[in-house]
Amino acid sequence: MILINVTMIIFCVLFLAMFIYLGIFVSTSTITLYNNSYNNRQELQGRNVLRGTIYSSDGEVLAETRVDENGNEIRYYPYGSMFAHAVGYSVNGRMGIEDYANYYLMHSGASLTDRVNNDLENIKNPGYDVYSTLNVDLQKVADDYLGMYNGAVIVTEAKTGRVLVLISHPDFNPGTIREDWETITSNPDNSQLLNRATQGLYPPGSTFKIITALEYYRENPDTWDEYAYTCTGNITHGDYRVSCIYGTVHGDLDLEGSFARSCNSSFVNIGLSLSRNSWEDTLEELYFNRPIPTDMLVNSSSLYIGAGSTDYDIMQTAIGQGKTLMTPLHLNMITQAIANHGVMMRPYIIESIVDDDGNVIRDYEPQSIGQVMTEDEAEYLTELMMAVVEYGTGRALITDYYTCAGKTGTAEFANDINESHAWFTAFAPAEDPEICVTIIIEKAGTGMEYAVPLAKRIFDAYFGVEN
Amino acid sequence: MQIALKFYVIELSRYIIAFLMFIYTTLSVVSVFSKKKKLVSVCTSIQSGLLLVLMFLCFLDLTFVSGQEEYLYLFAFITLFLFFMITIVTIIYDKSDRILLNNMCLLSGIGLCIVSRLSFSKAFRQYIITLVSFAICLAIPFFIDRFKYFKQLLWVYAGVGLVVLSMVLFTGSKVNGANITYTLKGITFQPSEFVKIIYLFFLAALLYKYNSFKWIVVSALITGAYVIVLVFSRDLGSALIFFVAYVMVIVMATHNYLYLLSGIFGGAIACIVAYNLFDHVKVRVVAFLDPWNYIDDQAYQITQSLFAISSGGWFGGGLMQGRPSDIPFVNQDLIFSAVCEEFGLFFAICLLIICMCCFCRMMMLSYMIADKFYQIIVYGIGVMYIFQVFLTVGGGIKFIPLTGLTLPFISYGGSSVMTTYIMFYIVQGIVIKSRNYESVHDERKTSPDTKISQ
Repeated sequence: MILINVTMIIFCVLFLAMFIYLGIFVSTSTITLYNNSYNNRQELQGRNVLRGTIYSSDGEVLAETRVDENGNEIRYYPYGSMFAHAVGYSVNGRMGIEDYANYYLMHSGASLTDRVNNDLENIKNPGYDVYSTLNVDLQKVADDYLGMYNGAVIVTEAKTGRVLVLISHPDFNPGTIREDWETITSNPDNSQLLNRATQGLYPPGSTFKIITALEYYRENPDTWDEYAYTCTGNITHGDYRVSCIYGTVHGDLDLEGSFARSCNSSFVNIGLSLSRNSWEDTLEELYFNRPIPTDMLVNSSSLYIGAGSTDYDIMQTAIGQGKTLMTPLHLNMITQAIANHGVMMRPYIIESIVDDDGNVIRDYEPQSIGQVMTEDEAEYLTELMMAVVEYGTGRALITDYYTCAGKTGTAEFANDINESHAWFTAFAPAEDPEICVTIIIEKAGTGMEYAVPLAKRIFDAYFGVEN
Repeated sequence: MQIALKFYVIELSRYIIAFLMFIYTTLSVVSVFSKKKKLVSVCTSIQSGLLLVLMFLCFLDLTFVSGQEEYLYLFAFITLFLFFMITIVTIIYDKSDRILLNNMCLLSGIGLCIVSRLSFSKAFRQYIITLVSFAICLAIPFFIDRFKYFKQLLWVYAGVGLVVLSMVLFTGSKVNGANITYTLKGITFQPSEFVKIIYLFFLAALLYKYNSFKWIVVSALITGAYVIVLVFSRDLGSALIFFVAYVMVIVMATHNYLYLLSGIFGGAIACIVAYNLFDHVKVRVVAFLDPWNYIDDQAYQITQSLFAISSGGWFGGGLMQGRPSDIPFVNQDLIFSAVCEEFGLFFAICLLIICMCCFCRMMMLSYMIADKFYQIIVYGIGVMYIFQVFLTVGGGIKFIPLTGLTLPFISYGGSSVMTTYIMFYIVQGIVIKSRNYESVHDERKTSPDTKISQ
């Protein structure tokens, strides 16, 4: 009878589908589900495993668990608050690498005989150790310079997306987080726990002109070098007027000049000429309004350009004001893509997982997340950003040791210019980029005056320039 | 020294148990699908031995890890029982189906093992229930062979089933929002389990005689009444099983695929109506679609189940090494997740393949039965059994929305265990009856398995 065979086939197919589903589920979600705070199995693991150590890329200890003579376990952070957001904490919840690598830190690779011996001697099995991509020297330079200012610094490798520096101020001391918890969390205005580098949403200010320039270049492939504009210190369109910073009159400008001098009037003029649909596509490609692929906890940048945008919205958006919000990490990724021939890399902070004997259990490889612009476009934007340093707002970076390409920004969120956020995003060497630096200093003033010098310190330290 | 030994036992037993289970499953598949009688009988003999070894390892592991000797006693009792079940049944009923018998023993044994790991006292009760069920079941093949009036009781079946279900709906006790249990002198029953059997007899009694459209409508109306009573008792899983079994049986009895199409169509409409009408249906669907957003309340159970499965990995954490008790109702609805957590996914999939083997075996047996009445019953039992496994397992792993049924043989629950035993022994009884009939014929005719070769 065919029907009985049909019945058997139906259920065999159903069960086969279920097996495949189960196989995929178990092989892909073990680590994420382990980290879920509703999963009580972490506590089970803690009884047998001593939390692993977190190292910097050059092998310095960033976090380790020490056991005192009474058998109490203490999580020790040798650098105090310096790696607060990057390494994070592991009591009262988790953050940073302590969170991303929690599964490995709490699982042991000890062999069966080792485990038997450990059990006999009544000591716990060592968890896997984690090597991060972080660079202690650069982190220290950036942390010291940012000092009391609120803000964030993120430095990544141009060709790989490895995160070398990740700083967010105000910070906290992860070693005493349990004691400080009450103080930190009782005040709703206290943002010490917020990782500004990956989650802070700021108006990008003039750094956004990189994207406006890219879109103009895209839409006018043959005529962009004929662009000319005469700046009178402000521009009026309909009822709206936008001024240049300090009301500066920039005079006759081409596209490069407008970018290097960061002329608001000229960029409003450019913005109004752009196709909104095409612009929307470009933004989508650059990961605006959508999740950024990374293991880190990040926020998505938000911005709207489309058929419904008013002229006023466009004027504001073209110069990075208005409703546009970006994370420093995202701006860094766009900078990185320019430095890497248009290929955006997945930012990552964990280099490898090793067991107690030093065998690598898991190696994290650089991963491309898309050619977000053509090589030609990347080259063109590099030229614009080099002009910023040569004769524009980034002149403080002129040095014999390396050439730098960057863009400053001054994000106004209040009327007082001294209350603005200072932005700078840059990479060096411009000919063969190695690192990308993105800085935001809150309420400091202009990017040119405050953020550029910090970038110089970081580049100097990286290229071994003595001051 | 003892600690070291304990470690090695825990660590190695997971792999050895998984390996033995794999061999058992392979033999099971071979014996279901092979046509060589000698090979099948060798396979089933090895299986019988293998399942005792498997049980021994599981309970040895449990004893070592827990340090409680009770587990060894329980093991002794279970072994004794399984040994008796295999020998007694094969002696009394030499024509019974060895493949089904072995798989029943294995599933029952694993069920007792995992339940005893979750709660020893429950495992003890489960063991008693299993014994009682077995005692009852021993008489079933005899009864099926001798009792002549099964086919005449059409309206009795229809009436008894409906009356029992309605009684539970109106006078039963409420447990977890569902009106599905009935307590009599301290013993709690779940009558919908037993009604499944009566319902199949009703369908068979109706369809073996009539398959005109008029009678299909009559059967549809009565099935509708069953399903509606169940839905109002909030026993959605059982309602679905009745419905699916009905559609499949009708198609099988009439050979009309139009009924399959209209069944799928009608089922889809019923699901949409139920979703819009009942909040408890909505809750299940919501928890299925987006469990992580409702992890606190509606989806707590399913997410805990997913944690358990994912933590077990392919070879499990070992018996007593996980936290399956974190899952609400792990003993009944989500026992499969406990199996996954401690035995591992590899073992769990083998377990499901064995369930599939039982089902396929029943399908093949039903194919060989000449009497349409009995054929429908065997077919229906097979479909009900495998569909219940599918609903329970699929629900617990978030493959489909959770319906809250038991996993036959494995889950804790007297009604469930007893019903499954009775169902399997009805199949055995029918097979014995038809084989007896065949062998009488064989003396006159020549080839024994003529139906297979045609």
